[in-house]
Amino acid sequence: MYGYLRVDVRAGLSLVGTLTAALSVAYVVPIVVALTHGGEDLWVFVATLVATAAFGLSLRQLDPHPDPGAREAFMVVALTWLFAAVFGALPYVLAGDGAIAQPVNAFFESMSGFTTTGATVMDNISLDHHSHAVLMWRQLTQWLGGMGIIVLAVAILSEMAVGGAQLMRAETPGPGVSKLTPHIARTARALWLAYVFFTVLFIVLLYALQVLGFAENMTLYNAIAHGFTTLPTGGFSPEARSIEAFTPIVQWLFVPFLFIAGVNFVLWWYVLTGDPWSLLRDAEFRLYLGAVTVLSLVATLVLFFSALETPETGMVGGHIERSLRYAVFQITSITNSTGYANMDFDAWSGPAKGILLFAMFVGGSTGSTGGGVKILRWLVILKTLRRELFTTVHPEAVRPVRMNGRVLNEEAVRGIYAFTLLYIVLFFVGVALLAADAARLGLDVSLLDVLSASIATLGNIGPGLGEVTGPMGGYGSFPTTSKFLMILYMWIGRLEIFPVLVLLTKAYWRS
Amino acid sequence: MIVGAGAVGRTIAENLADGHDVIVVDQDEDIVEELTYEHDVLSIAGDGTELGTLRDAEVGEADMVIACTDSDETNVVVCGATKTESDAFTIARVRRRTLLETWQGSEGAFGVDFMVCTDLLTAQAIFRITGLPAARDVDMFAGGLVRMAEFEISPDSAVAGQTVQEADRYDSLTFAAVFRDDEMLVATGKTMIRDGDRIVVIGSPESITQFANEVAGTIDNGSKDVVIVGASEIGIQAAREFEEHGHRLRMIERDPERAREAAEDLPNTMVLQSDATDTDFLKREHIDEADVLVAALDSDEKNLLAALLAHRVGVERTVAVIENVEYAALFETVGVDVVINPREETAEEIVRFTRAARTEKVAMLEHDRAEVIEIEVGPGSTLTGKPIAEATNDLPDGVVIGAISRGGDLITPRGTTIVKPGDHVVVFVDAGILDEVIDLL
Repeated sequence: MYGYLRVDVRAGLSLVGTLTAALSVAYVVPIVVALTHGGEDLWVFVATLVATAAFGLSLRQLDPHPDPGAREAFMVVALTWLFAAVFGALPYVLAGDGAIAQPVNAFFESMSGFTTTGATVMDNISLDHHSHAVLMWRQLTQWLGGMGIIVLAVAILSEMAVGGAQLMRAETPGPGVSKLTPHIARTARALWLAYVFFTVLFIVLLYALQVLGFAENMTLYNAIAHGFTTLPTGGFSPEARSIEAFTPIVQWLFVPFLFIAGVNFVLWWYVLTGDPWSLLRDAEFRLYLGAVTVLSLVATLVLFFSALETPETGMVGGHIERSLRYAVFQITSITNSTGYANMDFDAWSGPAKGILLFAMFVGGSTGSTGGGVKILRWLVILKTLRRELFTTVHPEAVRPVRMNGRVLNEEAVRGIYAFTLLYIVLFFVGVALLAADAARLGLDVSLLDVLSASIATLGNIGPGLGEVTGPMGGYGSFPTTSKFLMILYMWIGRLEIFPVLVLLTKAYWRS
Repeated sequence: MIVGAGAVGRTIAENLADGHDVIVVDQDEDIVEELTYEHDVLSIAGDGTELGTLRDAEVGEADMVIACTDSDETNVVVCGATKTESDAFTIARVRRRTLLETWQGSEGAFGVDFMVCTDLLTAQAIFRITGLPAARDVDMFAGGLVRMAEFEISPDSAVAGQTVQEADRYDSLTFAAVFRDDEMLVATGKTMIRDGDRIVVIGSPESITQFANEVAGTIDNGSKDVVIVGASEIGIQAAREFEEHGHRLRMIERDPERAREAAEDLPNTMVLQSDATDTDFLKREHIDEADVLVAALDSDEKNLLAALLAHRVGVERTVAVIENVEYAALFETVGVDVVINPREETAEEIVRFTRAARTEKVAMLEHDRAEVIEIEVGPGSTLTGKPIAEATNDLPDGVVIGAISRGGDLITPRGTTIVKPGDHVVVFVDAGILDEVIDLL
């Protein structure tokens, strides 16, 4: 059978094994948390670590000297992410607490974690119902998935040095991974260093607020937990009411770091190594900054002139600081696909939710940890549309599309159109399937729920805009079939669709 | 010694044949044979990059080696090879600007003592000339301090029908000569300027610009609407010059691939992929509103057609790049406003090295009927120590002192001006008496 396959399955699987085994090291973190919190659920993580390592190492035996090529890269990346989510779900099942003990829910939660979606099926997010170790693991999955597990592996494992560039391309395709240094491993390390730098900085600042007496409940545990999910644009929180649980000053501190997470980390590397102006020279950064600023201002005005009031927040309408804080925080968090909530935005007025729905389609920058269509693609699309208008008047004009002064080749432009169109098609297919599935079981789900569930999983955003999918609700009430669809969407959404979809084509497997 | 008997090589050989021992090396035996009979030069068949050929040509004895084959790489290698055998001054002609930039970064690189970029020179000439209304030729001297320009006088020009004395209303402008049909007149106060004359003036850039506006009867507002036909190397480099100076630029190229490349190279140019002889297209894109149209296609005939057609639809001024010198006069007769010849531009640049060491710059006029040269005056010169009015009596007819630059300042020569050693003088000279004059200066 292997004879007519054109993909070296053995080599690919062997590499997946190596990566999976390496990932088992991550379980050390929840083990340490368990040890420092009375040993609760300690065995769960020890058992998972052993199971993951054993599976990975045995898969690795398939081919002692794997030499995967460009084609195998897609398979390696897609399967590594799938296995990471499968094994990452084990602790939830083994711990046996609440809704996520159920395997499909556990798988959903784990995929939502690694893909930094932040959609949850948990009914009771509280340290009273779950151990410190389990909730910290949930946060950690997002941190690992944020910059990408392949990028991490390339940074750390020496054997990934050669094929690493291809794998990284498959993990973060979009228009190009720029090599910062001649060695791909050093590039991967540079990206991770910038990522670690901001994570640590954020944890220190959050904890400092508690020490200074500005945030009573921002304990060291909470500071680390939120540090793990802010920079990867994750959105999980061990607090049931997400960021609403914290004081306004803490909420304000989140804003700059949410913004940072949506920017290309290659740019942050330049900034950290002494070239701060590289940020403003980048057209994508300027558009991201502009989009977040304009959307925030519009949302602020809409909230200010609305009669928004919830028991937790008090009167928002007519209150400048509150309107500004809720608007800026939610826009920043939704635009780059984080999905934190500092209030129940399901209570927002129709127009205000409309702005959020728009923000969901924007996405982060290329090379950031954010999901969605990505700013760069919109920028290219805007530029080509402008060109289209121009060539309507001047049919003979030849106008290459330029990005940061460089010419984009037309093939890249076509790729961007194909991606964006596919993204939108998948979004509508998702809406239709979710609605049909709910109708099949006679469930009453609102249109806003299915719309936002589709985009929130495909774009790795997390919470949606309806009653069920809203920030204070959960995805638990969706039928199992819908959950599988959403797991698929999170998976392909994180890997930017093509690397997973290409595995489903005949051409991929044959010559 | 000249390697490469192409268009440029031959022009230079022709230019140098009197007064120098010229050896021409070329690979093509037919051309070599032809040259031997046509010009008074010694020609050798062989590959100029090979040491054996160079030795046959006695490169060790040569004072100067000029490499001007059609290949940039060959020219550079010829210079490099020469340097291993002799101390001759090496000149390489290149087309690509990148090679020139490398060389400029470290002079003497590749064993090249002087590098001439033909296309860049042509592009710069196009830019200089189109920058002045009604100008046919423009050149700069003394590091930009002095300018020389040749204008064509149209019937409705303000100076038509005036004498030089009447027309000379500028502080720092010297009227050098008037070309009337095939005749050359050295300008005196009484010389009449007539419709159809070409007049040569030398002076400060400002006064030249003012004079140009008066001649053409236009106000130059700086930014122009320029159309370049043909994305050739010359076309692209000229476009760069125009882009740098903020002109509104359009380029027409028929070949889709070349059009695309040009559009990628020139971010501020609107590139149109079409045939420049398609009148419907020219009308649709309002090419007729252009101030200047430059025809820079690969063939002289196509350039003529494009320029004439542009004239027909109403473009104010047309410039055509012409490789074949013989066509130049003909093209101007049928209505092309300015003809620019890459060979002449290159020759101007190279020939100065073959002159006395003090010659700083050479500009050829009317296909080398006359020259404007910049020369550093030595202590033994006829000019020094007495007023110019006296000094010119000692010089033959056909010489006009156009401008003097002293220590970075421009001095307009008057009868009483005294030239000092070390001054740079810009002089108009009849080509026939050139050698004689240079010896006197």
